[in-house]
Amino acid sequence: MPQESTNDPLVQFHNVTFSLPTAGNIISGLNLTVEKGETLVLLGESGCGKTTTLKLVNRLLTPSSGEVLVEGKPTTTWDPIALRRRIGYVIQEGGLFPHFTIARNVGLLPALLGWDQERANDRVRELLRLVGLAPERFAERYPHELSGGQRQRAGVARALGADPPLLLLDEPFGALDPLTRASLQREFADLAMRLGKTAILVTHDIREALILGRRIGLMHKGQLVLLETPDGFLASDNPQARAYIETLNLSNGGAP
Amino acid sequence: MSFWHFLQLNWSELLLLVRQHIVLVFIAILLAVMIGVPTGIALTRYRALRGPVLGIANIMQTIPSLALFGFLIPLPFIGGIGARTALVALVLYSLLPIIRNTVTGILGVEPSVREAAVAMGMTDGQVLRQVELPLAMGVIVTGIRVATVIAVGVTTIAAAVGAGGLGVYIFRGLRQYDNNLLLAGALSAALLALAADFFLGLIERRFSFDAKRRTRGSVKHVLAFGAIALFLLFLGLSLWRDGKESASTAQARVVVGSKDFTESALLAEIVAQMLEARGVSVERRLELGGNLPHEALVSGTLDLYPEYTGTSFTAILHHTPISDPRAVYDQVKQDYASKFNVDVSAPLGFENTFAILVRTAEARRLNLKTISDAARHTPQWRAGFGQDFMSRDDGYPGFSKTYKLKFKEVREMDLSLTYIALSSSQVDLIAANSTEGRITTLDLFQLADDRHYFPPYEAVYLVRQDSLARVPALREVLAKLANAISTEEMRRLNFEIDGNKRDPKEVVKEWLTAKAL
Repeated sequence: MPQESTNDPLVQFHNVTFSLPTAGNIISGLNLTVEKGETLVLLGESGCGKTTTLKLVNRLLTPSSGEVLVEGKPTTTWDPIALRRRIGYVIQEGGLFPHFTIARNVGLLPALLGWDQERANDRVRELLRLVGLAPERFAERYPHELSGGQRQRAGVARALGADPPLLLLDEPFGALDPLTRASLQREFADLAMRLGKTAILVTHDIREALILGRRIGLMHKGQLVLLETPDGFLASDNPQARAYIETLNLSNGGAP
Repeated sequence: MSFWHFLQLNWSELLLLVRQHIVLVFIAILLAVMIGVPTGIALTRYRALRGPVLGIANIMQTIPSLALFGFLIPLPFIGGIGARTALVALVLYSLLPIIRNTVTGILGVEPSVREAAVAMGMTDGQVLRQVELPLAMGVIVTGIRVATVIAVGVTTIAAAVGAGGLGVYIFRGLRQYDNNLLLAGALSAALLALAADFFLGLIERRFSFDAKRRTRGSVKHVLAFGAIALFLLFLGLSLWRDGKESASTAQARVVVGSKDFTESALLAEIVAQMLEARGVSVERRLELGGNLPHEALVSGTLDLYPEYTGTSFTAILHHTPISDPRAVYDQVKQDYASKFNVDVSAPLGFENTFAILVRTAEARRLNLKTISDAARHTPQWRAGFGQDFMSRDDGYPGFSKTYKLKFKEVREMDLSLTYIALSSSQVDLIAANSTEGRITTLDLFQLADDRHYFPPYEAVYLVRQDSLARVPALREVLAKLANAISTEEMRRLNFEIDGNKRDPKEVVKEWLTAKAL
């Protein structure tokens, strides 16, 4: 793996706390830097604040205190529309619009940015091919006519629409069967590397974290308790990390 | 008359009423959508407004329609009589389902889809137009569908404020106990409601994206759009015809009104036909409820309508009832001229006052001639009085006091049912209209008002002074009708229509020919 640590941060969390009046602190004192070109996986159980962390990046949420910098600029000083159009966003099942065809879903950002029709169409075909969906078969279909895996591919294609420097993925492969999940994970790892995209991916699946992450951030009760490379993660004696590694051994069906 | 025969005779009028009905509903729903959908959208953006606005819309819908029409009549701009008032009421009724479904539809959009839309960098307007509205459209159309079906029903009440529509047949049928009229009105309204429900249902299904969108047959689409196209064509055609009619009749046109009972409509028809025979074109606004004819006359919507001096004297001018017919007539004529610029025609020759009736056999057996004669029998009698008689100034309270009457029981019931109730001995005394045709046919006897309690109710025409100046034929016609109709004659004419179920136009034509008018 080429360590092109350019030391050029794309996203930085400075002492970020996010709280809700009804639920208290969801995230407290988070410090984190995401380098250009890396895939950072945030790992943790439900309710640990990993999805909230993601939403703080594209300003679906704003920090209660501290600040989140994207390309060196606090999200609160970004125009939220311009910021979001520079960040691809993928959620479970792709979050596709059920009333749009696949082509229109994937071509959404080019359309929002006012690309001319021909350029947008070319882009849609290119993206569909990139994620392994034959344009002539899938372009004119509606999301409900696709399988879960195909929808997920379309969701990734849509996120890549305007060639954003940063991708946010919230449990993108969570709803898929194990075989489809495994193959999509491999393809995504290839794709991210080939395109040189920076990605922040949220998951509760330790295998996914190990396969996709260049670094793994382990979150627990709103705090980042460990930030390590996969090898470092496996060697860690942090109790939460050990608990995850245990499950890995169990599902392998043998002793370590 | 069989229903089928009735339809053959009246299909052109029925079609006219159906058309009026559809136009009213269509315009009302169009306006309600234009107001309701933006309101619903606003409510999804401003959460604090949601409770109050939906609450108000909810209350609107619980107001009985007749009461709502009543509130609207005296209001300027949105009130009065005719289609405008009806539209205002219909729009108010239609708002709730449309607003509520717009809110429900938009808030019901899958949160992940909305979140994806925002995260993609869509502006609020883009999220609304490209995502929320299209996905909510099915639910919104359901609201429009519900509102339309309700509106088809409420529009039948609109006939009470002179807006036309199928309610005209229903109200007339109720008054005349004519099942054909009732059936034609109610059945058509029901069919309209079903048709609207069906076609809007087809449109609604067009907007469901989760169902098998592709595999649905296109036949139904063709049907739905065909129906809409046909309807628009129909609408356009009728508006075009309306335009033509009003263009050609602008010069010498008289609007004749009447109250909502047979005799009033018949008197209006007499003037209408006589004017038409003199080349004046006439628009009939017959069977207007309550105080509408008076208000319409004063406001200039009507040129003329038949009235009774006693009614004008007490109900409109609010004088205390007196019994001298001459004095009442003079006072009414003077007050109308000074207050409303309305002229009162010479009396037509008959009175339509309250007639206290008993069975003729009973009157003969007990040797009754006057109301005073009956006073000692009434404690054993049951009386049947209409709602009107029970409540008005010159009605039951003064009547029972003047004659010191006590009854075993007083039943308040629908006026037209009292005749049957009397002749079948369900009650023993009723207060009816003196010109009612059934007095003769049911063999009933009118007791003389020996203490002159009831004020005189001489039939006259009320006509605007500016109409008299504009249409000279009016003066001539009204002069010819002075003293032209006796009480007996009026009873017979009323019976021809109510009893023999004949067409008022024919009855009037016959009578005019016989009298050489």
